[in-house]
Amino acid sequence: MKKSKLFLVSLTSIIAVLLLSGCENNMVVFNPEGPIARQILELINFSIALMLLVTVVVFGLFGFIVWKYRERKDNLDYEPPEEHGSTVLEIIWTVIPILIIVALTIPTVKTIYAIDEIPKGYENKDPLVINVTSADWKWIFSYPEQGIETVNYVNIPEDRPIDFRLTSAGTMQSFWIPALAGQKYTMAKAETQLYLVADNPGSYVGKNTNFNGQGYAGMEFEVLSQTQKDFDQWIKDVKETAPKMTLEEYEKMLEPSHLGRKTFSNTHLEWVDHSDPHSKNYTNPEMYDRGHGWPGKIFEDKDNYKYKDGNNEHSNHENNEDMNHEESETEDSHGGDHNGH
Amino acid sequence: MGIKWNEFFVTGDPLIFASQIGIALTLVGALAGLTYFKKWNYLWSEWFTTVDHKKIGIMYILLGVVMFLRGGIDGLMMKGQTAVPENDFLNAQHYNEVFTTHGVIMILFVAMPLLIGLMNFVIPLQIGARDVAFPQLNALSFWLTVSGAALFNISFIIGGSPDAGWTSYFPLAGKEFSPGIGNNFYAVALQIAGAGTLMTGINFVVTVLKMRTKGMTLMKMPMFTWTSFITSIIIVASFPIFTVALALMTFDRTFGTHFFTISGGGMDMLWANLFWLWGHPEVYIVVLPAFGMLSDIISTFARKTLYGYKSMVISIVMISVLSMLVWVHHFFTMGNSAGVNSFFSITTMAIAIPTGVKVFNWLFTMRKGRIKFTTAMLWALAFVPNFVIGGVTGVMLAMAAADYQYHNTLFLVAHFHYVLIPGVVFPIFAGLYFWWPKMFGYMLNEKIGKWHFWLFVVGFNVTFMPMFFLGLDGAVRRAYTYSAETGFGPLMMISAVGSVILAAGFAALVYNIYWSARHADRNIGNDPWDARTLEWATATPVQHYNFASLPEVTKLDAFWHMKKNNELQPLTEDEVEEVHLPSNTWIPIYMGVVFGISGFLLVFEWTIAAGVAALGILAGLAFRSFDYDEGFHVHKDEVFETESKWRKGANKGVKNHVS
Repeated sequence: MKKSKLFLVSLTSIIAVLLLSGCENNMVVFNPEGPIARQILELINFSIALMLLVTVVVFGLFGFIVWKYRERKDNLDYEPPEEHGSTVLEIIWTVIPILIIVALTIPTVKTIYAIDEIPKGYENKDPLVINVTSADWKWIFSYPEQGIETVNYVNIPEDRPIDFRLTSAGTMQSFWIPALAGQKYTMAKAETQLYLVADNPGSYVGKNTNFNGQGYAGMEFEVLSQTQKDFDQWIKDVKETAPKMTLEEYEKMLEPSHLGRKTFSNTHLEWVDHSDPHSKNYTNPEMYDRGHGWPGKIFEDKDNYKYKDGNNEHSNHENNEDMNHEESETEDSHGGDHNGH
Repeated sequence: MGIKWNEFFVTGDPLIFASQIGIALTLVGALAGLTYFKKWNYLWSEWFTTVDHKKIGIMYILLGVVMFLRGGIDGLMMKGQTAVPENDFLNAQHYNEVFTTHGVIMILFVAMPLLIGLMNFVIPLQIGARDVAFPQLNALSFWLTVSGAALFNISFIIGGSPDAGWTSYFPLAGKEFSPGIGNNFYAVALQIAGAGTLMTGINFVVTVLKMRTKGMTLMKMPMFTWTSFITSIIIVASFPIFTVALALMTFDRTFGTHFFTISGGGMDMLWANLFWLWGHPEVYIVVLPAFGMLSDIISTFARKTLYGYKSMVISIVMISVLSMLVWVHHFFTMGNSAGVNSFFSITTMAIAIPTGVKVFNWLFTMRKGRIKFTTAMLWALAFVPNFVIGGVTGVMLAMAAADYQYHNTLFLVAHFHYVLIPGVVFPIFAGLYFWWPKMFGYMLNEKIGKWHFWLFVVGFNVTFMPMFFLGLDGAVRRAYTYSAETGFGPLMMISAVGSVILAAGFAALVYNIYWSARHADRNIGNDPWDARTLEWATATPVQHYNFASLPEVTKLDAFWHMKKNNELQPLTEDEVEEVHLPSNTWIPIYMGVVFGISGFLLVFEWTIAAGVAALGILAGLAFRSFDYDEGFHVHKDEVFETESKWRKGANKGVKNHVS
């Protein structure tokens, strides 16, 4: 009796407190730094307003009915009436949700289509293509036009649409820069695509949201938005000073590990495009040791990069030796650990 | 073949070592106790070989409660690990195993057994039947579920737990990235338990269609029967998909096929589609029976018939249809075309329509009623506001474009806990408090029940409400740790504190069961809540034959009208008939054991041994085929005697227990 009221009061106060603390926190989804994230936020805000309205109405009705029709000492002889329903009322509360859904559907579908394309106002600008390859547990960014490659950080020019071509060298992962755009999966032997634009120069967090094993928690990268001038300067510096990556280094990089930042003046695209369905596999099952439990069979595949005319068995055994290397490497970097660039 | 015991048993962690010793001691203790008190015979003949739907239901509930403890401890460990940034209570690998088993156990070995247990106990009684359509199959379902649960649970001390999440997405769950056998436990244990569930589905479809008592047309069935019926149809439609997906997973992992791998032309996206083609209907499989229980409980304690019965039925049918058309909303971010995402956004949001209808019908059932705040009713009431939060955030998630910012974050985690805890766990608790007297002949204590209620509900909100905000601030799910700079620390700590309150609430339930079993009043009559449906027309606890003579139904809320119209006369001798019942059988438990052994060998990839053990399954089938036992008859006089005994005493000296 009193308890149900108490319950409601406590529930609403918890929600209120959390809402308020949430506002002070400046949650990243509510602070978009680019047109794509802003369009999504508009949709989110609209839905929150509508949903709050629904919540308030239902909570109010619930509180009123439970309070008014509670059993009291003085109504114990009240026998509730036989009542089977009311067609009119039932139609009303079928139609109202339908209207709400329609009200939500229209902006949702509009936004889905809108953010699939270059945002309005930027159509005339030539998008910068960046190939993103995720591997366990690092992010590799290739700039095909500029011929450079970075690991665990990506620099982009402000006010210019970026065309991310996403793929994975192994596990399925999700590429997310919450301040700039929504997320999208990266998958081996497939390509997904994501546009975004950054309004201003600034540094933003990017991360993987799709669980992919022991190193998942540290899979973050930095997005640095720069003025076109700074960006051009950076490209120039990289081309002049960064080392060239060799195929061996690249293969080593795809083994499960955490890496700090790396910068190269060439790209891996000259050897392999992981989004190509016929590309080789860069998997190393023997390196995923969980530290305990029964090891299962490992199957060898001819499309693996280590498979060279049947003598790959040999190299497998060698790799078994350093099975525990992962444990020691988790310590020293969290994906975004910066070794300078 | 030499077995490396240090790899066979999970080693290297003091926590796990302690539980290995604990489990060994408990096992020895239990076996010794049973032998010392000479209970083996009782257990075997009364429980292990029973085909009585009531006892099977109770065993399902016991399984669910025990698994709830295990899944709950997993949850507490996760909250303990993430309470502060950079914590090292669990390492990444252990955390991954813990959240994987938490998810699987809570859905498949807590929610499912508890609901199927209540369905088992209640449905035949509600439709005025003496058992389900296939009593032996029912026992087989149960023992396969136990077998699967046992196999899944031993993984943390033998062989290593699954660690790819309860969704076990490929390619991560494949041999390319998870070479240990942990995920074999997932594939095989869920296959065995899933076979049991599929049989339950078939059993209840037939039971509801064929076993209803005279006069009970479909539109006079209690709402719990309706929702269980629809749920069973969804089970029959969706579990085969999971069966196939798990079989392909087993082939990939054990024999090196390439259905879902990235090598050899496999397709990882196919797993995600198959998994959610089952996984989304699965959500409704657990939510719908819960809705049904709420309907019956709310109507009982508001003392009014369910408002808008017809629109309730239409809405559950609508939900069941839509449940098969929304699976893509679990991966809007997989690079689907805008058209596909728009379609699945709309179908998903459409589910809010029938659900909204149901909520309003429940509210209007209470309007003009006289609401009695029993513990069962409190759980049903708490459902409404909490589930509304889960529902509206569900609509927000259904908007694909917005989902790009919520997906895989703690916002999503908060949402589905706000759906599954108020939508499934609260109703299960309501159902337990409500039907407990019918099951055991005494009630759960109301005072301890209210402690249970308040601790659990407050703890639940404190645990999961902060996660909405953490998610919007970019906190991802399944991460075993986070840095202090993220600023997630304070809300994570609040959430962890909430989980302790939540656990205290569950402890109150366990204490309540213990206290009530020892001290509760046994003289409560057959209808302590003044309820409305046929199960309350039976003795308390229910006689093994359920009804001495099968009741005849003319209206919805049949028992209520019988009471109102004074149709409940004491039985006369010629109304009683001889009762035909099925005999006990050892085959279901035997099958459970053989499936378990064969499955265990398959998990360890000892395929030949597993094949040999599987011959035992064929043997069981053969025995069953040549089993000509036609059951037994309870003699008229015996029925009459027991019936007159409880009917005479039924309303004498019974206090009103629900003031």
